Amino acid sequence: MVQPKSPPNPGRRKFLINATTVVGAGAIAGAAVPFLGSWNPSAKAEAAGAPAKADISKLTPGEMIVVEWRGMPIYVVRHSEESLALINENLSRLSDPDSLNDQQPEYAKNNLRARKKGISVLSAVCTHLGCAPKFYPQLGTTEFDSNWQGGFFCPCHGSKFDLAGRVYAGVPAPDNLPVPPHYYESETILVIGEDGEAT
Amino acid sequence: MKVNRIMSWFDERLPITATIERHLTKYPAPINMNIWYLAGALMIVVLVIQLLSGIWLLMNYEPTAEGAFASIQYIMRDVEYGWMIRYMHTTGASAFFALIYLHMFRGMMYGSYQKPRELLWVVGWLTYLLLCMLGFTGYVLPWGQMSFWAAQVIMSLFGSIPFIGEELLTWIRGDYLISGITLNRLFALHVVLLPLALIAVIFVHILALHEVGSNNPDGVDVKKFKDEDGVPLDTKPFFPYDITHDLYAIGVFLIFFCFIMFFYPDGGGYVIEYVNYEAANNLKTPDHIVPSWYYTPYYAMLRAITFPIFGLSAKFLGFVVMAAGIAIFVALPWLDRSPVKSIRYKGVYSRFFLVLFVASFLILGYLGSVSSTPLRTFLAQIFTVTYFSYFLLMPIYSKYEKCKPVPDRVKLS
Repeated sequence: MVQPKSPPNPGRRKFLINATTVVGAGAIAGAAVPFLGSWNPSAKAEAAGAPAKADISKLTPGEMIVVEWRGMPIYVVRHSEESLALINENLSRLSDPDSLNDQQPEYAKNNLRARKKGISVLSAVCTHLGCAPKFYPQLGTTEFDSNWQGGFFCPCHGSKFDLAGRVYAGVPAPDNLPVPPHYYESETILVIGEDGEAT
Repeated sequence: MKVNRIMSWFDERLPITATIERHLTKYPAPINMNIWYLAGALMIVVLVIQLLSGIWLLMNYEPTAEGAFASIQYIMRDVEYGWMIRYMHTTGASAFFALIYLHMFRGMMYGSYQKPRELLWVVGWLTYLLLCMLGFTGYVLPWGQMSFWAAQVIMSLFGSIPFIGEELLTWIRGDYLISGITLNRLFALHVVLLPLALIAVIFVHILALHEVGSNNPDGVDVKKFKDEDGVPLDTKPFFPYDITHDLYAIGVFLIFFCFIMFFYPDGGGYVIEYVNYEAANNLKTPDHIVPSWYYTPYYAMLRAITFPIFGLSAKFLGFVVMAAGIAIFVALPWLDRSPVKSIRYKGVYSRFFLVLFVASFLILGYLGSVSSTPLRTFLAQIFTVTYFSYFLLMPIYSKYEKCKPVPDRVKLS
């Protein structure tokens, strides 16, 4: 069969081609939804995000325990009297000393970034690239700082945080360590992952 | 002849002979090709090694957070020849990168990306990108400490993208931290999607090569002078002339390959990092995180950016610079304004900048493999600048330098 030089009804043909293209693109976009959506956290992964409980009765001053919540390490530190006295003496070296960036719940937006005085609950996921910073409570000279006031040091890329999880200026990490939602069920039971009732 | 009759029966139905002649036996290869032209053929060998050893590893590997690390130990200790197949795969990964870097350098040296080989170059860059993804996803699968934390660090880069970063990161991981869910999807990508894509892209790369023909160390167009059959004068058929070179090179290459595989499989901690002999622990970061050697130049760039600009965080900028360092190769055909292709006839500036580029790449590679100190960070910043200067200043220095006259036909020394 010989194709006519100009097919009849060019307007209709063009409309049909365009309509088919649009419908086809819509179908592809629709078909992409399940494929992309299946990469979201599954119901099981979300359930694993349930709150974690920790007994802090045996946590002595100056000590830290690691609690796992959503697969993340959460550091719980009970500060000693000595470090509490020093904790706000070092503000000039910090990048966000007043916790202005949204890295903590409202109830932890204070000068200790804590819900309960003397206890810090910090997500140990470095705000740079997600390594777990190491706990260096000692004062004085360390291999990475000549006048260390106690805090956390990230071994991956050298970010430094003070004991309240506030980031030092001039390190790769841009933000303070996040304070996860948490509350105290009793004097000794800490619940991580829920805000509890407002206090 | 019986064989001929059988062959012609097939050829009438499927162009077997024609395809073999066009793409293999009679492919016209320039007569002045040198040792730099071996990397491509060697990579085909490595591709086969990787596919075979990969499929065989798959027969015993278990892609779960609980079982992955133990299944690697099982492959190493209990499966017959399991250790050899695994070392073949890890050595093959390093060999692939070593060869592709040499192959890319060859292209930069002889201007193989210039017209009409721009697309050939871009498609080749795609294979490099796919290799990078394959290397990363494969590295995570043993689920050792370095697997886990490398995945954590590299994926966290996406979290630095303003506004959408956090959601994007959770979507990529499929969890709130790297977990078995992440491992499973990286596994699927590593063993199915990425190899399929790699094979397809290599196929297109070779198709494009055979359309435009190979460049050569003189960078002259061999198609200008042809004999009465239309075969370029300065070429020889691939069979038997080139294949013999390639076979010899494959022999030498396999000696090196086997030496590493049998006697030096962890390559001093470069091919397999020692930290990865410890099972993944999501609560404890290793003291010193280093990527595999083939990523270290870009890792050094990532770490070199320690200051925010225009309100963009240092973390995001580091990611951008690192990605740009990998992506900028694509622009090379359009950055080079030189009338000549090969470094042999280019001017002194092109030579200087090419040397500077290679030096920057190697020094950044070293800096990315050691822990950072203020001095090293400063050096990384300097060499990141010189790395990019090769590309970004190219439109200027390649245009205004004095080139040597290019001969009409290839020169054999």
